[in-house]
Amino acid sequence: MIRSTTAGLCLSALLLAAPQARAQQKAEVMHWWTSAGESAAVRVFADQFNKAGGQWVDMAIAGGANARTAAINAMVGGTPPTASQFNTGKQFDDLVENNLLVNLDSVEKQQNWAKIMPPAIIDAVTRDGHAYAVPVNIHGQNWLFTSNAALAKAGAAMPTNFTDIFVALDKLKAAGVVPLAFSGQKTWERGLFNTVLAGQGGGDMFVSFWGKRDVAMVKGPAFRAVADTFRKLHGYIDAGAPGRNWNDATALVIQGKAGMQVMGDWAKGEFSAAGQTPDKDYGCTVLGAASPAYLMGGDVFVFPKQKDAAQTKTQMLLASVLLDPATQIAFAQKKGSIPVRLDLDTSSLDACARKASAWLANPKTQVPANELLSPPALTGAIEDLVSQFWNDPSMTTDTFIARVSSTLAQTF
Amino acid sequence: MPMAGIRKQRIGSRIPAQLALLPAVLVALVVYVGATTWTVWISMTSSRMLPNSVFVGLRQYESLAENDRWSASVSNIVLFGVLFLAAALIVGFVLAVLIDQQVRAESLLRSVFLYPFSMSFIVTGLAWRWLLDPTLGIEKLLHDIGFAGAHFDWMVRPERVIYTLVLAAVWHASGLVMAIMLAGLRGVDPEIWKAAKIDGLPVWRTYISVIMPMLTGSFATAGVLLATSVVRLYDLVVAMSNGGPGISSEVPAKFVMDHLFERGNVGMATAAATSMLVTVAAVIAPWLYWQNHRKGAAT
Repeated sequence: MIRSTTAGLCLSALLLAAPQARAQQKAEVMHWWTSAGESAAVRVFADQFNKAGGQWVDMAIAGGANARTAAINAMVGGTPPTASQFNTGKQFDDLVENNLLVNLDSVEKQQNWAKIMPPAIIDAVTRDGHAYAVPVNIHGQNWLFTSNAALAKAGAAMPTNFTDIFVALDKLKAAGVVPLAFSGQKTWERGLFNTVLAGQGGGDMFVSFWGKRDVAMVKGPAFRAVADTFRKLHGYIDAGAPGRNWNDATALVIQGKAGMQVMGDWAKGEFSAAGQTPDKDYGCTVLGAASPAYLMGGDVFVFPKQKDAAQTKTQMLLASVLLDPATQIAFAQKKGSIPVRLDLDTSSLDACARKASAWLANPKTQVPANELLSPPALTGAIEDLVSQFWNDPSMTTDTFIARVSSTLAQTF
Repeated sequence: MPMAGIRKQRIGSRIPAQLALLPAVLVALVVYVGATTWTVWISMTSSRMLPNSVFVGLRQYESLAENDRWSASVSNIVLFGVLFLAAALIVGFVLAVLIDQQVRAESLLRSVFLYPFSMSFIVTGLAWRWLLDPTLGIEKLLHDIGFAGAHFDWMVRPERVIYTLVLAAVWHASGLVMAIMLAGLRGVDPEIWKAAKIDGLPVWRTYISVIMPMLTGSFATAGVLLATSVVRLYDLVVAMSNGGPGISSEVPAKFVMDHLFERGNVGMATAAATSMLVTVAAVIAPWLYWQNHRKGAAT
């Protein structure tokens, strides 16, 4: 009796004491790409990494905010993932300040980022002259997607700016179709506001608002016109908009029940998953000038510092796989973004992506998205005000402008 | 007094009891008191996504006072709290009274009414959101069966959405109140009923003037349990309306959570949390004082 108990105790002690050895080149990657199109896209990264000798361990968490929160908690708590997704911009500022991320200067030099990526994107991942994240795509945030069937039914033309869009919207309303498919969540209310700001106000006004926080500009007539256009669009959404998810709104456009949606180019994945092709079944454009202000957002991967030196090698392998030309093209095809490397042949991408690549060849269209210009605290405060202005008819434009001005003047 | 005699015990036999309580006391001190003190300290710093030690005095509280979303959250939680407590207590009491009438399928009915309480707030919120969505739920059903002009779009109207939260929360909690009240009702001496009948009191009058005062303990228990759900209301709001439309159904707990994580503004979040603590303490302290005062007067 005693012998077997002792043996049992020894065995369990051994098992507990055996170190949790990570398999060679095993990478735990946290991200929030969980919709159909997004999963197919991240599988491209996983397959390419596995082919290069690594082992991709997928840690998908639905919801960008949830995934970022989980990653930050894991890093601060001592069990960091090998890589974790963030949006291009200031979301990981505090992680850099607290010395939690690996310095990626070697990857930057090896891949010669300065030659292949837009300067705004490189700036967005550089802190104090060092690179701390690998950008993997460029997402345009201010696209307009239209249902060709719905537009034909209403006899409306594809809009080109924020003046003739109302002509099209009125015709759609008269035809009994939902004019503007909308997701009534704070992120997309801010997204629509940003689209109007960039499309009607222009790239300079956009940077002046989010980056320079120019209060004098906000109090001027041009910004007031933007706010009025934004409010006017509220008359063209349907009753089910509050709380609706963005892909449910895209579904309305896919089914022809709605005429148009303002969304980022990640919505193309939904159209592809439904078997629709750009220009044939759905239209895509960015409203504004002929060379419009293109709000460049996107995703990056950060690499938290690991206790185990072997893990750092895995991280460098993963970083190089992410920026490999073939991987970039394959990922862009599935994700709906354009490659972050502007030196690639984009003829295999869809019509919308080719339009974007053509625009971005002109540096004047490259406008950093608000995540690259303002910290989450300021973005959130403005988002609350925009959401209030959108949903509460009793809030006047004057009140909105006054509140926005005082928020921009605060320290964040 | 006999009580005093029983209370006198040898000092030695109290030590094991105190030792057994020591871990719990330590946890309470370190975790609750320690974490609360840390939170109050952080609320006076300029912390953004991760905490720092840059002292800024009451600047976060000033920003909080000017914050529209915080004002909306506070007025929402007060309105929600009052309506939820009143409705849940009344509905729960009525259900208990009805079940107490020696109905046939009593245990089945008890289970049916108590079942919603076993569901998480997330499931409750999601189900009610679908039901109340004008394009998916009750309003669409009414339109489909012919009442084309029917409206039940409270979920998407900023001035009405808080009532939908009350509705879902009352559905969730009535079962619990019913169970507590039923236990209390079962404890009522049957002689009281006979006495009331002899006095010629109508049944409803008996309930209101005789039985309800006897159930003050049950009401207090149920009330305290419901009040804690009011203060920590978060997951129901996230599942149902996510604070929308706009900021019309924001609540303080959601404000704290959003600013702690997604907004990367730990300083503002801890300031909001401290405000919540001070408010709850301000409400409880007079009640505790009154309780002690009553006990003191009784002995």
